[in-house]
Amino acid sequence: MAKALEGYWNDLRDTKVWRSVFRSGSGSSTLHRSLAVQQNVFLHLASVKMRRRSLAFSVTWYLGTLTFATFLILTVSGILLMLYYHPSVPQAYADMKDLQFVVSAGVFLRNLHRWSAHAMVFLVFAHMFKVFYRGAYRPPREFNWVIGVILLLVTLFLSYTGYLLPWDQLAFWAITVGSNIMSAVPIMGAKLRFLMLGGNTVNANALLRFYVLHCVILPLTAVLFIGIHFWRIRKDGGLYSSKSDAGQGETTEAAING
Amino acid sequence: MKEEETQGQNETGQTRDDVTRRDSFVKLGLGSVAVACCGAAVFGYEFLSPNVLYEASPIANLGKPDRFPPDSVTSDPVAEVYIVHAAEGLYALSAICTHLGCITAWKPDLGIIACPCHGSKFNRLGTRIDGPAPRPLPRLKVWVSDEGDLLVDRSTISTPDQFVRT
Repeated sequence: MAKALEGYWNDLRDTKVWRSVFRSGSGSSTLHRSLAVQQNVFLHLASVKMRRRSLAFSVTWYLGTLTFATFLILTVSGILLMLYYHPSVPQAYADMKDLQFVVSAGVFLRNLHRWSAHAMVFLVFAHMFKVFYRGAYRPPREFNWVIGVILLLVTLFLSYTGYLLPWDQLAFWAITVGSNIMSAVPIMGAKLRFLMLGGNTVNANALLRFYVLHCVILPLTAVLFIGIHFWRIRKDGGLYSSKSDAGQGETTEAAING
Repeated sequence: MKEEETQGQNETGQTRDDVTRRDSFVKLGLGSVAVACCGAAVFGYEFLSPNVLYEASPIANLGKPDRFPPDSVTSDPVAEVYIVHAAEGLYALSAICTHLGCITAWKPDLGIIACPCHGSKFNRLGTRIDGPAPRPLPRLKVWVSDEGDLLVDRSTISTPDQFVRT
């Protein structure tokens, strides 16, 4: 049975259509596996080979991957929430309440978005601590640490801009306080606050600007730097692992079965 | 680079100080990109600064001055100001905390102005008595209109020696 299935699988991978999409074709030699990774637009960011011990749970606790997973959840649930949310003063609060009480599965999506956002901030910090205490930020990975700091800031700004969108008292005063912190920037603080809010008070312009930042500008920035962050892992010699890490020796394995 | 220059000199008889055609075009190109970037920065700044704001007017009408009894502090939560009737006359204090912009509240039993956000406290002169606020509550310009109403301009700060006499 299993053998027959494997036969069908290999036949499928040798068809003209399949090979036009995945050029490596059937077979499981190291070359095939390498090509499968190299020639895939998503997988080519990762190394063709990696140390088995660098994939052990204890090495990274998979914190970076988990952070990225929350980012994907936030993207999908956020896009769905956008279908019912109007970023305008008369409607924003009511739309948020509608999502909770009127829209089917709305309360699930809103809570999923909210809790994933909290989880992402927590995981970003956990990932940073893990990288720091293992010394994985040291050369040649020092630039990827800098990219990570940018991603931390983007995450925090995403959190902050999303905080205003429910347009309740908590949101209003949090952004009032936060934007006044911004005006403490020397010389141009008041100007920066004015540009960020699009006015002197937290009002319609501020809501719209935060919405655009939250839904377009910051997510695109995050995707850009996440791409660089992942690509740099390969360029900087793969995931950091030291000799003392638990694992299965020095053997290398093709990461993805092609 | 030096070789190119010497070559140019040999072929065209130019002096060493002359720039090559390529160099001048590169400089011209980079210069125009720089000018375009400056223009885009100015354009972007202008675009992001709204020219018309649909915000409340800084001048608010507080009603007739005799609303405020002598030796009292009256909170106007809509205008976000306090009207204090002192021995010298009336003056207005901003109710917006100088720490991070929360709306403070007058506590009549304690005789102080207190901020709910981070615990700043002020007396009826606006002077800070406790908490993280970096500055006293500003006094705002008040005057009586031709119709006899007390007006406050929340965008203009006045000095502590200005009062509206009643």
